[in-house]
Amino acid sequence: MILRPSNHMNDKNNIIICRCEDVTLAELDAAIDKGFTNLEDLKRVLRVGMGPCQANTCGHLIQMHLAARLKKPIEEIKKQQARPLLMGVTLNDIVDGLDK
Amino acid sequence: MKKNVLIIGAGISGVSIAYNLAKKGVQDIHVVDKGHFTSGATGRCGAGVRAQWATPLNCQLAKMSIDFFEHAKEILEYDGEIEFKQEGYLILATTEAEARQFKDNVKLQNSMGIPSKYLSKEEALNIVPHLNPEAFVAATFCGIDGHLNPFKMTDAYMQAAKRLGVTFSFFEEVIAMTTSNHRITSVKTTTETYEPNIVVDAAGGYSQEIGAMAGVTIPVYSENHQILATEPIEKMQGPMVMSFSKNIYCQQVPHGSFLMGRSDPFVEKGHQIQSSWQFLDEMAKTATHIMPLLGKLRVVRQWGGSYNMSPDRQPIISGTEDVDGFYIACGFSGHGFMLAPITGLLLSEIILKEPTSVDVTTLDIKRFTHQKDINIEKSVV
Repeated sequence: MILRPSNHMNDKNNIIICRCEDVTLAELDAAIDKGFTNLEDLKRVLRVGMGPCQANTCGHLIQMHLAARLKKPIEEIKKQQARPLLMGVTLNDIVDGLDK
Repeated sequence: MKKNVLIIGAGISGVSIAYNLAKKGVQDIHVVDKGHFTSGATGRCGAGVRAQWATPLNCQLAKMSIDFFEHAKEILEYDGEIEFKQEGYLILATTEAEARQFKDNVKLQNSMGIPSKYLSKEEALNIVPHLNPEAFVAATFCGIDGHLNPFKMTDAYMQAAKRLGVTFSFFEEVIAMTTSNHRITSVKTTTETYEPNIVVDAAGGYSQEIGAMAGVTIPVYSENHQILATEPIEKMQGPMVMSFSKNIYCQQVPHGSFLMGRSDPFVEKGHQIQSSWQFLDEMAKTATHIMPLLGKLRVVRQWGGSYNMSPDRQPIISGTEDVDGFYIACGFSGHGFMLAPITGLLLSEIILKEPTSVDVTTLDIKRFTHQKDINIEKSVV
């Protein structure tokens, strides 16, 4: 069997935008077409940015894609609200705190 | 701009009211929201739904709402999934006194057609084996309770309302109103001035401020309630686990994450919705005490949102004596999401002066001025 990387990559269903939550470019475009045209909306309908990396990967990609789709300069596309924690910490570690 | 109905707030209450009015044939409805999609309490809530309440009114409202959620996807013809996970709430009693109260609650709930059960510790452990047996004495369980995706549920209402002609605008904040002869003559927003026949205050945490613009004093206030979410794991917990005395609710959502929240008894009234390390610390201690296995889970995110508190912890779904054409749906005290189906139905009936599906005297804003012994709901986290 011969892999065809170029055809494969042309299919928006095969382009992962949010790797934490497995969201594809096709899903992103469908949500934008429905009128969800900012990162906060897209986070809520697609879960982009809700995974362990907290939008550190997909946030930039979506920002660029929104700028292109909306024909706006990228500085006008707001990033989403950053929320704690900076990185995952287990509940046990939080309970143990500084004692360890 | 002339409008027949202007709804302030596109959260779950606002979209449900818009849908119910439009379904009854009301035209020219517009919904404004000051933020993005589900930016207020709806998008921040734990999104649990339960019929296990301690006042007859809340039992009745919640049961009718759950009946709707069971068929919401079909009724609203939604192309997505609302993710209704109907695997019950397990509510833990941690003292003998609380257990006695729960027996009374179950009696009331059963009398209203709610299939809740009183469970021994062993029976509860059969349902959620990872509970710490030392942390509780008994429990109640109701299998029709559950959890929905709050974003998808709101979207389902919004898309259905749009198909019925309702229009929406986001990032548009109401900043002033003018009144004359006990009527609202105009509503000014950051981008537009409306002249509506009917104004609906579904502004959640800001409903008191919207009421004040119309000259109506609504006896509610907002307070911050915090939640955290963990990394997703394979399914290990069916029901929501909740305890009023230990101050916790904890649910594994279909996505795999655990969501857990608790109240801060010392929280100040107001619109601040910050995340605090104190919450994280107390939440982690409470959760790992009740369910030690959860200690291995990583917290990925925490956030806060507003409960809009009423004096009796029950909603205000009502017209007003002072201002004709001004209607209110607020004061849900942390339960606006789960009551939204009945909120929209009742307020549309009130606005159209139809017979109401439930006796609405106890939901009327007048109850706080005309009634001395209000019945306060105690089953609240």
